[in-house]
Amino acid sequence: MKERLLSEKFYEAMRQKEPRYPDRKALILPSLHQAQAEFGWLPKEILAEIAEYIGVHEAQIREVASFYTMYNLKPVGKMHLKLCTNVACCLRGANELMEFAEKKLGVKCGETTPDGAFTLSEEECLGACTTAPVMMANDDYIENLDINSMNDFIEKVKHER
Amino acid sequence: MSANPQTLFVQHFWKDSNRTLDYYLKEMNGYEAARKVLGSMAPDQVVEEVKKANIRGRGGAGFPMGMKWSFIPKNSEKPKYLVCNADESEPGTCKDRQIIRYTPHLLIEGLLIGSFAIGCKHAYVYIRGEYVREAQLLEEAIEEARAKGYLGKDIFGSGFDLEITVHRGAGAYICGEETGLLNSLEGKRGEPRVKPPFPAVSGAFSCPTAVNNVESIANVPHIIRLGGEVFAKLGRIDKSGGTRLISLSGHVNRPGVYEVAAGSMTLRQIIDDLGGGVWKGKKLKAVIPGGSSSPVLTADEIDAVYDVEPLMKIGTMMGSAAIMVIDEDTDLVKLLLRITKFYAHESCGQCTPCREGCHWMESLLHKVIHGEAKPADIDLLVDVAGNIGGKTLCALGDAAAMPVQSFVKKFRSEFDAYVKGQSRHA
Ligand SMILES: Cc1cc2nc3c(=O)[nH]c(=O)nc-3n(C[C@H](O)[C@H](O)[C@H](O)COP(=O)(O)O)c2cc1C
Ligand code: FES
Repeated sequence: MKERLLSEKFYEAMRQKEPRYPDRKALILPSLHQAQAEFGWLPKEILAEIAEYIGVHEAQIREVASFYTMYNLKPVGKMHLKLCTNVACCLRGANELMEFAEKKLGVKCGETTPDGAFTLSEEECLGACTTAPVMMANDDYIENLDINSMNDFIEKVKHER
Repeated sequence: MSANPQTLFVQHFWKDSNRTLDYYLKEMNGYEAARKVLGSMAPDQVVEEVKKANIRGRGGAGFPMGMKWSFIPKNSEKPKYLVCNADESEPGTCKDRQIIRYTPHLLIEGLLIGSFAIGCKHAYVYIRGEYVREAQLLEEAIEEARAKGYLGKDIFGSGFDLEITVHRGAGAYICGEETGLLNSLEGKRGEPRVKPPFPAVSGAFSCPTAVNNVESIANVPHIIRLGGEVFAKLGRIDKSGGTRLISLSGHVNRPGVYEVAAGSMTLRQIIDDLGGGVWKGKKLKAVIPGGSSSPVLTADEIDAVYDVEPLMKIGTMMGSAAIMVIDEDTDLVKLLLRITKFYAHESCGQCTPCREGCHWMESLLHKVIHGEAKPADIDLLVDVAGNIGGKTLCALGDAAAMPVQSFVKKFRSEFDAYVKGQSRHA
C-alpha cells in the first residue's frame, strides 16, 4: 500500500462529514479545504490521495480544485496577504495599499518573498466593503486598513517569526 | 428622531456577546416562533404566512419568497432541500456576514421553520470560503442549538427532524448564482446549470430545492412572530414587506450596514442621513445602487425611493442592497475597468458571449485608458455589452454588461476625453 500523506485527523474529519451528504462527491470541497489547512497548499500527490479516498479520477479533483481561487495549487508563503482591490476597497485606497505592500515586501502582487515568509495577492471583493479597505491575513480579516496599519501588521508578523 | 423606529436586526448587531443562544432566548424570544410553527401549524400555513408577509428575496433578484416555497412539490418521493445562500459575493455587499456574526440563531431558527414548511430534513448553508471565522461561528451556534434540542431528532416533540450542514465555498463569485452554488455543493465546478429544470424541481442532488439568501431566511422568525400582515406593513411600499439591510460603502462619511423599513427612504436620504453625506466635503458624482452589477446613477437621480420597483422605474436595480457612493474626483473610466475586470475574471467560461465578451470589454477599456482608442471603440464597447446581456445561461452576463452600458451612457464625456487625450485623470 502507498504511504498516506494526509493525517489521521484529516480522515477523521472526513468520516464525520460523510453522513452529511447523500453523495460522496460533495466531500471534494471539504477535503480540499482540510488538506490545504494541513499542508498550506495542494501538491499533486495530495490531490491524488483525495481522489482515491473519494473514489473519483484524479483529473476530476484537479478540475474542481482549479476552478476555485482559494485552493493553492502552488506553494504560498507562511503569511498569505490577500488584499481586496474591488470597487469599494479601490474607492478607499486599495491601489495605494497594494503599491505600498509591494514595496514593503519587495515583491510584486502574486509573488512570494524569497524567504517564504509572505505571499502577496490581489483579491476580488471579500464581502467586507463597509469596512474597506480590507485584506485577509491567512484566515483573518483586517479591516479599515491604511498604510500605517498595514505597515504595523507586516512588522508584527516579521517580528513574530 | 430616526426615520425608522422599526428595525429587526441592527439593534442586535455589533456586540459579540449577542450571538449566544442565551441572548437569543432572553432578548429575542428565541425559538418561540419555531416552537409555535412545529407545535400548531401545518406546512401550508407557514407558506401562506410568508406570502402574506410580502417578502422579496434579499439575494439580488427580489423574487417573492412565499411563492418560491410554494413551487416545491408536496408529493415528491425524493428528499427536499433548503439551501441557504451565504455566498455574499456581489461586490459591495456585506450584510449577511453581520447576520451570521451577531444573530446566527435567527438564521438557524429561520432554517428550521423554512425546512418544516417545505419538508426538508437536511438544510445546507453554503458560505463563501473567505468567511472562515463566520463559518466557525455559525457551526458553534448550530452546536448550541442542537445541544438544546432545537436541531436533531423530534424537535419540540413534534416528530420533525432537522440537520444543518455548513458547506464552505472556495473563492468564486459565480457560486452566488443559485445553480452554480448547487453544483459547488455537489463537489463540482461552480458552473451554472441550464434552466429548466429549476431548482424547485431538480436542485441539490437532483432533488427539489429552495435556495434562499441569508437575510431572507433570517426574516422568517420575525414573520411568524409578528404575523405576515404586520411584517408586510413594516414596508412602506407595495409588494415589499419588512425591512432591508443596506451595505453602504465608498466615499461616505459613515460607511456601514444599516437597516431601513422597505421603501421608507430615498437614496439621497440614505447617503446623507445614514451615511453622513459624501466624505471630505466633496460633491457626489455617481452612485452604484445595488451591487457592482447594477446600472450606475448620476448625482441627479438619487431622489428615487430606495426599493425594488422605484429603482426599476429609473432603469436600475436594488440587487443585494449594496450602495456604493462615488465622489467628484473619481475616474469613472478606471472604475469601470476595475468592475469589468472582475466580471471577466469571474466568468465561468461556459457561455461564449460572456467568456469572450467580458475580456473584450476589458481590453477595450485598457485601450481607452492608455490613449490608444478611437471614438469608434467606445461604440464597440457598448455594442459588445449589448451582445452579452440576455444571451447567457445565468445573469453574470447581464451583470457584466449593465455597468458598461450605463457608465458609457451617463458619463460618455469622460470616455471621450480619454480618447481625445484630454482626460484630467490620464
Ligand atoms: C452572478 C450571480 C451572483 C449571485 N450572488 C449571490 C449571492 O452572493 N448571494 C445571494 O444570496 N444571491 C446571489 N445571487 C442570486 C441567487 O441566484 C438567488 O437568486 C438567490 O440566492 C435566491 O435567494 P432569495 O430569493 O432569498 O433572494 C447571485 C446571482 C447571480 C446571477
Ligand atoms: S470591495 Fe473590498 S471587500 Fe468588498
